[in-house]
Amino acid sequence: MYDVVIIGAGITGCAVARFLSAYSGKFCVMEKSEDVCTGTSKANSAIIHAGFDAAHGSLMAKYNLLGNLMYPDLAKELDFAYINNGSLVLALSEEDIPKLEALKENGEKNGVEGLEIVDRVRLKSLEPSVGHVPVAALYAPTAGIVCPFGATVAFAENAYTNGVEFHFDTEVKGLTPAKDEEGNSCWVVQTAQGSVRTRAVVNAAGVYSDIIHNMVSENKIHIIPRKGDYLLLDRKTGGYVKHTVFQVPGKYGKGVLVSPTVHGNTIVGPTAEDIDDKEGNDTTSEGFDDLMEKAGLAFDDLPLRDVITSFAGLRAHEAKHDFILGEVSDAPGFFDCAGIESPGLTAAPAIGKEIAGELAKALNLAENPDFVGTRKGLPDPKSLPLEELAKLIQEKPEYGRIVCRCEQVSEGEILDAIRRPLGARSLDGVKRRVRAGMGRCQSGFCSPRIMDILAEEWDVDVADITKSGGHSELIVGFVKDRV
Amino acid sequence: MERTEYNLIIIGGGPAGLSAAVAAYDEGERSILVLERDTRLGGILNQCIHNGFGLHTFQEELTGPEYAQRYIDKLEERNIEYKLDAMVMSLESGKDGMKEIMAVSEKDGLMLLSARAVILTMGCRERSRGALNIPGFRPAGVFSAGTAQRLVNIEGYLPGRRVVILGSGDIGLIMARRMTLEGAKVLVCAELMPYSGGLKRNIVQCLDDFGIPLKLSHTVVRIEGKERVEGVVIAEVGPDRKPIPGTEEHYDCDTLLLSVGLLPENELTIGLGADMSRVTNGPVVNESLETSVPGVFAAGNVLHVHDLVDYVSEESAHAGVCAARYIRDYGGEAKEEVKRIPIEFGGGIRYTVPCSIDPGKVEKYLKIRFRVGDVMSSRKVVVYLDGKSVLTKKRRVMAPGEMEELVLTEKLLKAHPDLSRIEIKVEEDA
Amino acid sequence: METRSLTCIGCPLGCQIEVMMNERGEIALITGNTCQNGEKYARKEVTSPTRIVTSSVRVYGSKTGERTVPLKTASDIPKSKIMDVIRDLAGVSVPCPVRIGDVLYKNIAGTGVDAVATKNVD
Repeated sequence: MYDVVIIGAGITGCAVARFLSAYSGKFCVMEKSEDVCTGTSKANSAIIHAGFDAAHGSLMAKYNLLGNLMYPDLAKELDFAYINNGSLVLALSEEDIPKLEALKENGEKNGVEGLEIVDRVRLKSLEPSVGHVPVAALYAPTAGIVCPFGATVAFAENAYTNGVEFHFDTEVKGLTPAKDEEGNSCWVVQTAQGSVRTRAVVNAAGVYSDIIHNMVSENKIHIIPRKGDYLLLDRKTGGYVKHTVFQVPGKYGKGVLVSPTVHGNTIVGPTAEDIDDKEGNDTTSEGFDDLMEKAGLAFDDLPLRDVITSFAGLRAHEAKHDFILGEVSDAPGFFDCAGIESPGLTAAPAIGKEIAGELAKALNLAENPDFVGTRKGLPDPKSLPLEELAKLIQEKPEYGRIVCRCEQVSEGEILDAIRRPLGARSLDGVKRRVRAGMGRCQSGFCSPRIMDILAEEWDVDVADITKSGGHSELIVGFVKDRV
Repeated sequence: MERTEYNLIIIGGGPAGLSAAVAAYDEGERSILVLERDTRLGGILNQCIHNGFGLHTFQEELTGPEYAQRYIDKLEERNIEYKLDAMVMSLESGKDGMKEIMAVSEKDGLMLLSARAVILTMGCRERSRGALNIPGFRPAGVFSAGTAQRLVNIEGYLPGRRVVILGSGDIGLIMARRMTLEGAKVLVCAELMPYSGGLKRNIVQCLDDFGIPLKLSHTVVRIEGKERVEGVVIAEVGPDRKPIPGTEEHYDCDTLLLSVGLLPENELTIGLGADMSRVTNGPVVNESLETSVPGVFAAGNVLHVHDLVDYVSEESAHAGVCAARYIRDYGGEAKEEVKRIPIEFGGGIRYTVPCSIDPGKVEKYLKIRFRVGDVMSSRKVVVYLDGKSVLTKKRRVMAPGEMEELVLTEKLLKAHPDLSRIEIKVEEDA
Repeated sequence: METRSLTCIGCPLGCQIEVMMNERGEIALITGNTCQNGEKYARKEVTSPTRIVTSSVRVYGSKTGERTVPLKTASDIPKSKIMDVIRDLAGVSVPCPVRIGDVLYKNIAGTGVDAVATKNVD
């Protein structure tokens, strides 16, 4: 019998797991994919919103602000990449300026500090790359950027180290209420691998959170996958923008953001298209054209020839456009974290803390006396002073063998990514943890070597190594095997 | 930490680096180090196991590894020092004109090196799917042709059984044959342009021999399959290279190979601050193949993408000779004034290498290499010195996929002592 | 009369050459070529087309961890024998070290030509 089963190992599920691991109990996270951070959490703008956008009084507004305030300390405690770079919302015409003022007022009601409307002159000094169109901007100094993989992996590893189990490739097929031996209410969680019993369930299933919710509640919800295309630019564009630059929704439509990433790339996106397919993360040429056109309103000379990859993410949009959080009234012991769309990445730690607290109260969980709230990330040899790097390679020569030349990732780091708790099992798993294959050649040079390393480390045939789990095998056989 | 000094460091031990090292040695330079990031010398030639290399250099037809071995043998005969598995992490200008290099390797650990002169021979990489903005899903089974080449030829893996190839560059064509021979079915090769970027010989012997259709003016408009590729959709493109609605054709396949162009790999060059060409994506060089950073030379595919390795070797040997001379002359008596006459071009030429010439630096002759931007027939290439036509070369056909070359002799340049203008034009040949 | 269409590989022109054959299978007429080399090429392609075949086979006992060694037919073989060459090589594995030129398969596909290594593998 588990105390809590968390469904979904995205940023929300992993944040709940991490804060829950501060309490004593038997907890597990069930994930249908092969790794953490494979759904909505992996494909988004990677930004920490200041919190001026969400409607005052909404759950989004509340948890956005709380999450924003938590990230700087969490990034230090759990050792993941976060930069407080500030954001700008551009007014593309004079008539947009009242909208900036409305955003500022809403933000101040939400408790966001430091908001300021800047004129074009100040805007140019803050962000010299902006083009000729923008006339003014709302400056939010508390906004930031984060590595969503890094943050999710950090939450998951820390939870795991504190005793939370993780079950991958485990899709939840059914949820039914039951009674335990003592006659207390519990849930039976059915998966393809069998059933388990648990006192409580957390629904952090992203775009699938309606399916999970509707298994137990008569108050049905409907999550619409809202697709967003993105373009990622080469690291050599690093420094083109300093801030996360939004456009105020106006006569040109909703606008797109252009932002630096914590790794020095530039990201452009997203589009917004409501779709039916919960796995429909395919990009479209219309989407690319749309992004390029809209980004061109904010910047005259955005280096779009340096696009190294494009991708689409699915936001878990709920019709009321607010988070659905907490215990479901007609399903005691079932806790929703549903409708987690933007600013979900920002809100995740605050949601995790809140839901963990509610679970602890409902289940009467004691504090975990062995809880360790800090975690050391993967060492990044590139950040070491020369003497220390020399010493590291002397002691562990595998750090001197560069496998991914674009991102300069050594074999030592790839082995670390695999050998960590909840280590990488696929090419994408390695990429998300240490960026091997994330660079301009998009794994052209390094993938054969990483496939071999994965096969060796997991002691499997190289034909079983996948790009991202499931049936995403990279090779289909051996030469002349069927001639 | 101490820096180890060499006169000449060559970054990259592929065909360009090997040839440059040998030529610099034969010009008298003895303090040479070659840094190679792979586990053996020879670079990409090691995976190019097909034949067709070396006709110009050795007057015989070799495979890639055999061609590489000829140069590796020359390197070994001369006892030129090299390090394998050695990745250069940074290249900077240091004090007194020295170049400072930080490199790492499993065997030698962190290396701090400095050199009087550096030759950049890092080669190129393939354009990836991302650079093309091909829409659709992102399943496994989309490979660059070079990655597939490595998987098949070096590792012995088969990356797919039903294959569509986008791009008719030579690597894509070669891989069409390799995959077919090793047990895959290649369904079609689609090319965006109305002409192929590959050699005629490869179209005949890699596609026609196996009945693989080549569809010109076609591109991939969609990739299907969420985990592994399940199909691709190909459509015809109009003169604007945009897909024509209604021409879509679906192919059931498990693999898409991309052979859509090569990009010189110049991250170190850019980091150094050398002037770059927007056309070649390589550095801007003078007649000595020297970049805008004195003492830093470039040759081979890092400078501009070549079609034939023979020309890479030849060009790199020139860089090796010039680097050796640079080291020899460094700090000598004040040299005559440096002249830098830009090469102007027109008539459909996209770029020239070199970009400028100091006639006083040309010994015997200078080869100028260039490409045109479109397929053209019945043309002549004319060289004008100070507006006067001095050299004409007839060309029955010129194509973007075929690098052109011209030879300017020292004698010809000497005949124009006050030269101030060099022009190369492609003109109609009536 | 049978007509065979060929693309000449002699130069970038890529002439489309038509070769007309008479009832006895002899060349009657070659058209479309713009030079002598084109005619020579067409004659050979139609009467006895040949190719060098390159491929690779597995190795064992490599000190450097290599899995395969590339090879080629030491000279041209009939084009019709290409797949027979590949079939002969399926399942072949050779011991290291291998030197360029080492014969890895004698008289492959009965062509009288040997398959030889094209890379040194230690």
